[in-house]
Amino acid sequence: MESIFNLQGKVGIVTGATRGIGWSIAQALASKGMNLILNSISNQELLNERINELKENFKIEADGFLFDVSEPNSVKECYNQIFKKYKRLDVLVNNAGIMKDALIPMISSEMIDRILDVNVKGVIYNLQYASRLMGRNKSGSIINVASIIGRVGNEGQVVYSASKSAVIGLTYSAAKELASQNIRVNAIAPGFIETDMIKDVPPDKFNKISENIKMKRLGTPDDIAKSVLYLASDLSNYVTGQVLGVDGGMLV
Amino acid sequence: MTNIEKLNAAFVEALDLDPNESIRDSYSYGDPKWDSVAHMALVVSIEAQFDIMMETDDVIDLSSFGKGKEILAKYGINF
Repeated sequence: MESIFNLQGKVGIVTGATRGIGWSIAQALASKGMNLILNSISNQELLNERINELKENFKIEADGFLFDVSEPNSVKECYNQIFKKYKRLDVLVNNAGIMKDALIPMISSEMIDRILDVNVKGVIYNLQYASRLMGRNKSGSIINVASIIGRVGNEGQVVYSASKSAVIGLTYSAAKELASQNIRVNAIAPGFIETDMIKDVPPDKFNKISENIKMKRLGTPDDIAKSVLYLASDLSNYVTGQVLGVDGGMLV
Repeated sequence: MTNIEKLNAAFVEALDLDPNESIRDSYSYGDPKWDSVAHMALVVSIEAQFDIMMETDDVIDLSSFGKGKEILAKYGINF
């Protein structure tokens, strides 16, 4: 079983990789020997720290690129660099995303644009370039981080839920399109996960959501990372076009 | 392998064409075996043959064998 989990010599990219779920995913992949490219939108210092940490702890190759996933030219440049250095790509984890809440009357057009730019366009741009690199080896795994909100919605999250539903939809389509090249495309739909993103949830709402978790605890970034590891590895080599809920039973 | 042989090989591999027939410049997207799904395989195959990464605009513009030669010239690959 250990050999199936082994990602030694493979190359992966994780967007939004320096904090929360993205950082846990990066560590999980690195712990199995995968060489990694980390992306962050703005914090070069933290990005450098993370790269050094991965190199020291896991003895892998690691690089970092600071860019906004919604900027197509920046995404292209990142993949050009991956191509030049590694000539391959095995795993893409589309994790970068933003969450902003607003009740329907308060939704601004700027908010809609920004959320859709990052959460949807960013995923598609990365998918485009990653699949071309993966196609060379007729192998690859693309893992899109969606959300339980994209499946069932939530008050105050019309735009966010639309963006995450879009991620689920594009996952299905991309899975169909890329299956013939042995590139698998799956999504993970996290439930209520302990990250910076939920720290602003009002207490009454927090309690209400928590009551729906059948396993009686919040999820952790590590819970998500373990599922990513499964989808990145050969353990899931006949799994594509799936949305894996990692939510402690919120929907049962 | 010459560049034209490489381009031929990329088309043959990606679109499952007869390796014994040379491909005409007019062979285009929409002709037998070159559909939207095969297009992706073709781009990957050309990129691998010439060790390049094409711009998205060029991927979209790749509409015929002849056009492929024009596009590759932008990457310093001449025929």
